[in-house]
Amino acid sequence: MSIETLDRPAPPIRAVPMRELAARFLSRWGLVVGFVVLWQVVSRAGWVSPAVFPPLDKIAAALWQGIANGALLDDIAISLSRAGTAFLAAVALGIPLGLAMGQLPAVERALDPLLQFFRQTSALALYPVFILLLGLGEASKVFVIFWATLFPILLATIGGVKEVDRKLIEMARSYGANHLQVFRRVILPASVPAIFVGLRLSATTALLLLIAAEMIGANKGVGFQVMNAQYNFQIPLMFAAIFLLAFLGLAANGVLVVLQRRLCRWSASDR
Amino acid sequence: MSTITDTRGQVALRHLSKSYNLNGQTLPVLRSLSLDIRPNEALAIVGPSGCGKTTLLRLLAGLEKADSGQILIDGIPVTGVGTERAVIYQEPRLLPWLTVLQNVAFGLELRGLSRAQAQERAGRYIRLVGLEDFRNAWPRQLSGGMAQRVGIARALTVQPEILLLDEPFGALDAMTKLSMQEELARIWGEEAVTMVLVTHDLEEAILLADRVLVLTNDGTPPSLVTVDLPRPRDRNSADFVAMRRMLMGKFGLH
Repeated sequence: MSIETLDRPAPPIRAVPMRELAARFLSRWGLVVGFVVLWQVVSRAGWVSPAVFPPLDKIAAALWQGIANGALLDDIAISLSRAGTAFLAAVALGIPLGLAMGQLPAVERALDPLLQFFRQTSALALYPVFILLLGLGEASKVFVIFWATLFPILLATIGGVKEVDRKLIEMARSYGANHLQVFRRVILPASVPAIFVGLRLSATTALLLLIAAEMIGANKGVGFQVMNAQYNFQIPLMFAAIFLLAFLGLAANGVLVVLQRRLCRWSASDR
Repeated sequence: MSTITDTRGQVALRHLSKSYNLNGQTLPVLRSLSLDIRPNEALAIVGPSGCGKTTLLRLLAGLEKADSGQILIDGIPVTGVGTERAVIYQEPRLLPWLTVLQNVAFGLELRGLSRAQAQERAGRYIRLVGLEDFRNAWPRQLSGGMAQRVGIARALTVQPEILLLDEPFGALDAMTKLSMQEELARIWGEEAVTMVLVTHDLEEAILLADRVLVLTNDGTPPSLVTVDLPRPRDRNSADFVAMRRMLMGKFGLH
């Protein structure tokens, strides 16, 4: 037997070259920049009708004007309050109900067929029913959004609770945990990531349904503005409202992602 | 060690029987097993898969009920889980949303200690298993061996009379396993605790145990082997090797 100790030569130092940084930037944002440039050029050059696809600077100007004179701000406020009320109500009902259903197989078995049926029924198809029941005012709008956002939250929460590692529950029990302690210290925290998947799905759904509800029988709101601008042939304003909706969606998702990161620091994946 | 701790942690198995139903067939795994485990003894249970060693440990933990017979701990019949026992599983079973310190303090908090008290005592056992630098790490940041040490610290922190270990190093790589076995031998020497260790590693059983209970799955009665080797034990000593050869012979191996 012979033993030899290897020496450790210092590894060569290598700086990250500019090219690599540029490539990283391009791979993330290249298509976005390309899309913006293409839109602007195509519209300015008149390759598509600028009346249908106005150049981006006109859209930006319309957006700025709408915000500066407060008209769009009113629309944003009313839209956010509709979607927000519905979303919060769905959270307030969906999470506790989901936590209970996930733990009580009998309740889940009984409710599941009904749930699956309602889930497959488009909320928009039920909107006329809600209008009949609640009138054409705020209540039916909020309710249709609530209806559509409830199911992703409810189903994700049920799924999260059912997926909790039985071995962790057994571990807690072997240390003498009672039912409440098992729920508070194991089942609830273990379900948080799944619940967030539901919340993010619901946030997207809320905005989707908001627009649809506002296109029917509303006189305010971002969704109304899209429709109204199109009727009045204010195409830049129409696109401004559409972009605004996209930004609202991104912002809502961003808030949830930040919240999820804070609550789930322990988990490596947050996407 | 006080006389009180010396006489506690005594386990008596009385005519313990347990069988399972498998596709309508009754499969006996334990048949009228009677055995006394002394306070602060280290007992290893070995045997082929299906011999009932894990079942026996789960009965001791109070996670399952025997068909007939009794388990007495310090003279009191076991009816469920109890605070005088702590279980270490093959997987560390750490709560991924708690840090190392919080995981180790978990058992104590369930038993009503304040968070501060629990974490103070947990800190002592984190030092004992050599993870001071990782007190605030998340479980996902730990290697398998480190995570298992956290599980051991969590069990020790509740200062059980009886430590129940279910193939605790079975999922670790060979090198980590060797060092963890030495570490468990050291910890058992420092803590006044009865240890029941289920393993399929005969070397592990000889290294750690005072006596080895050999279970079988062919209907032949179990046997009990006393390991009268001085501690700390040397895996390469002639006596150790002879002991291992004898145990392997019991399973028809050599």
